[in-house]
Amino acid sequence: MAAKVGFDGEAAAALAKELRASFASSKTRSYEWRVSQLNGLLKLTTDHEAEIVDALNSDLSKPEFESLIYEICMVKSSCKLAIKQLKSWMKPKKAKPSMTTFPSSAKIVSEPLGVVLVISAWNYPFLLSLDPVVGAIAAGNAVVLKPSELAPATSSLLAKLLGKYMDSSSVRVVEGAVAETSALLEQKWDKICYTGNARVGRIVMASAAKHLTPVLLELGGKSPVVVDSGINLQVASRRIIVGKWGCNNGQACISPDYIITTKDFASKLVDAMKSELDSFYGKNPLQSKDLSRIVNYNHYARLTNLLDEDKVSGKVIHGGERDTSNLRIAPTILLDVPQDSLMMQEEIFGPLLPIIAVDKIEDSFDLINSGTKPLAAYLFTNSQKLKDQFVRNISAGGMVINDTTIHLAVPSLPFGGVGESGMGAYHGKFSFEAFSHKKAVVCRGFLGDASLRYPPYTEGKLSVLKALVGGDSIVDIIRSLF
Amino acid sequence: MTEIVEETLCELRQTFKSGKTKSVAWRKTQLNALRQLVKDNEEKVFEALYQDLGKHPIESYRDEVGVVVKTINHTLSNLDKWVAPTKGKLPLLFFPTRGEVLPEPLGVVLIFASWNFPISLALDPVIGAIAAGNAVVLKPSDQAPACSSLIAKTIPQYMDPKAVRIIEGGPQICEKLLQHKWDKIFFTGSPQVGRVVMTAAAKHLTPVTLELGGKCPVILDSLSNPSDLKVAIKRIVSGKWGPCSGQACIGIDYMLVEEKLAPTVIELLKKTMKSFYTESPKDANCMARIVNKHHFQRVQNLLKDPLVEASIVHGGSLDEENLFIEPIILLDPPLDAAIMNEEIFGPLLPVITLKNIQESIEFINERPKPLTIYAFTKDENFKKKILSETSSGSVTFNDVLIQFLCDDLPFGGVGSSGFGRYHGKFSFDTFSHEKAVLRAGFFPELEARYPPWNNFKMTFIKLAYDLDYFGLFLLLVGLKRF
Repeated sequence: MAAKVGFDGEAAAALAKELRASFASSKTRSYEWRVSQLNGLLKLTTDHEAEIVDALNSDLSKPEFESLIYEICMVKSSCKLAIKQLKSWMKPKKAKPSMTTFPSSAKIVSEPLGVVLVISAWNYPFLLSLDPVVGAIAAGNAVVLKPSELAPATSSLLAKLLGKYMDSSSVRVVEGAVAETSALLEQKWDKICYTGNARVGRIVMASAAKHLTPVLLELGGKSPVVVDSGINLQVASRRIIVGKWGCNNGQACISPDYIITTKDFASKLVDAMKSELDSFYGKNPLQSKDLSRIVNYNHYARLTNLLDEDKVSGKVIHGGERDTSNLRIAPTILLDVPQDSLMMQEEIFGPLLPIIAVDKIEDSFDLINSGTKPLAAYLFTNSQKLKDQFVRNISAGGMVINDTTIHLAVPSLPFGGVGESGMGAYHGKFSFEAFSHKKAVVCRGFLGDASLRYPPYTEGKLSVLKALVGGDSIVDIIRSLF
Repeated sequence: MTEIVEETLCELRQTFKSGKTKSVAWRKTQLNALRQLVKDNEEKVFEALYQDLGKHPIESYRDEVGVVVKTINHTLSNLDKWVAPTKGKLPLLFFPTRGEVLPEPLGVVLIFASWNFPISLALDPVIGAIAAGNAVVLKPSDQAPACSSLIAKTIPQYMDPKAVRIIEGGPQICEKLLQHKWDKIFFTGSPQVGRVVMTAAAKHLTPVTLELGGKCPVILDSLSNPSDLKVAIKRIVSGKWGPCSGQACIGIDYMLVEEKLAPTVIELLKKTMKSFYTESPKDANCMARIVNKHHFQRVQNLLKDPLVEASIVHGGSLDEENLFIEPIILLDPPLDAAIMNEEIFGPLLPVITLKNIQESIEFINERPKPLTIYAFTKDENFKKKILSETSSGSVTFNDVLIQFLCDDLPFGGVGSSGFGRYHGKFSFDTFSHEKAVLRAGFFPELEARYPPWNNFKMTFIKLAYDLDYFGLFLLLVGLKRF
């Protein structure tokens, strides 16, 4: 097999230089350019739906439904929203000038950062590549996209389609793995958006630090689901199931990672979940076409390792079946997995769902807060008090009460993490802002010059200054003048 | 030394965990106490600033005490608004689900202050951090020891020592502080140290705000009205030597002017400086001195290049014993000299002449993005060009420094002048996590969300994404094919 010509440091430098020149020509700043590119993304997504579904099937055995709904439709929505709102997003925003600088006017102008690098993930390889690109382009930047090599069919398709539909002077795709990513990270970018895990997130931020490049890090974590008693169990179970196994078979950053419920309620919850799992995926879930497979052997081995740990064996109460040759693990529920097990120490990112049973539902808060801040946290309850306590006392990127994962689809809410789950946010207008610099602009005329600004400094000037700056009333200001 | 940092961090984490700092009443009490501290100790602050930097009380009030008082007043007036959740608009399809963005504190934050505005650049970020509900560790600059000492002594007397702590010291203590995990680091200082801070923060995935510097140019266009030119010059002089004798991040670094105007401008500058500072600025007591020997020598070295020295057209007197450098104007020093490549941060004003003032845009763009661009012009087209063709933290037309006072404008850099911003609500936001919260009910249930997948569900969801309510209606009543 012929070795691929490596994309090395030199190539990365040349690419960055080329895109910088393109950005400097101001081409990407124009409204027309941005809309034409967004339309390009929309067209490539619409016209190549079948190929995209095929690529996702090849990379993840992703069910057609999930590919269409979670990847294709979401990218199309993002494009359409940006196209619709772009004019208003681009408009400068008036700001209130300070009284002390009367007369003056102030505004905030959005400008592109320059050339941005988007490093995507393998689990939603189409969506997580193009959604940030939509934001970067809407904000007027030139973009380099580095899709994940762990989803090679999608990576290759993205390179082909963006090459065909987008302005290659300003939008480029670089395929590759660690070496190519490292080469890219050596360069200076005006912003880096990385979606992935915390370990690599640290590497990205450290590389960015060399160039003082701001970063948007969309990471993950163990997103808990707290399930209170006295709720509609069927609805809750279905929503948990579809958020867990219906999202790339648990391989999603906002997938419910584990459940916490009371000892009294656990068995009822388990029964409801088993029943719904059967109706969703049938008696033979390993054969179900409605479940993604595990992405590759490494992750399959990682997950089976979690299951096979001594501390955890015997805790499986549903599922646990595996098919190594097809990289499939059936939806698996475990009960009372110990806190110090591997499964409870790292983000699962797979079809295993541990249920932790506590005495009182409020005990769940301490449990959640003993870990790092997750990307999402979910609560099923009818108690207003518990809802308020949950929202107030748990810190997470985002939260949903009585459902799971749907906040991803609401563009009016910022989507991002906090602490270990990331920094910065995007979606909707937040994408535009994430890739913009908000420049403060103040305009003054030449009238209205107060000599008190200038030396020589006198006592009299000091008292007027105090009155003005301290925000005193007009009366006090006038008084200070005498 | 390690113990102080660890003990402090441990105690502040406990305090934050107890929820005390989240209470809005607590935050207001702290801010009121800080305002009282500043009012009670005004004279001591003036003394400390005079000791550290030779600042006149008017400069000290205008740039330090007054700024802090104004910020506290603004924050207290608006805090209730800022802590309130912001409603997110959800499409009708989601009804009755409600969405909102809830600001929450990040936890325990670390603030590094710089030496040039050792009171305001220390306390302004502290105000933001507390307003947002965090516990705070402030590390004042050791290069302004009297101010550092004063802050370390008075803060514990007025503010809650379990939540607000001052740690004094130099590079060693900074290193120790940076080894630990913080929930946010706010740094004001040089790009070199900014890199060190961000690299350390990357290890813990700590978000950072870096308020750095750069070479802030002032573009002086031809002004046909002589009184406008006089006002412009007065403002320029006050923008260069007014704030801490040129040792300010948003102070004017160098001037760009058409060569035919240069002689007039330089004469006017000299005249204005004489009226502000007299023939003997050192004795006039209206200018700060250089902070210490290290910086004195650094600034002095900028003049050592014989070609640079030859370009001096005014001033040139340096008094190392008193750390005083009189205002110096240079005309067209060589562009490759250090004085035109490093941030001057001192009372030297290079005047660079251009054939045509429009060239100033290219001149600025060939260099790193500055924190601010100042432009004195009445040409509306030129203003538009400056705004759209250059990039900087902010732009101010026809005045200097006033963008700093405007609480409605974000204050921060871009590129090597930094990232992140503060002032006004932006301070509150910078120390907050904006948590998305979605509240759903158990009804209605959309069956189309759940597997097993089929064409009906696929069509339903596609229509839902398009918010095609009519299409959905048709589908549900059986009038649409799927």
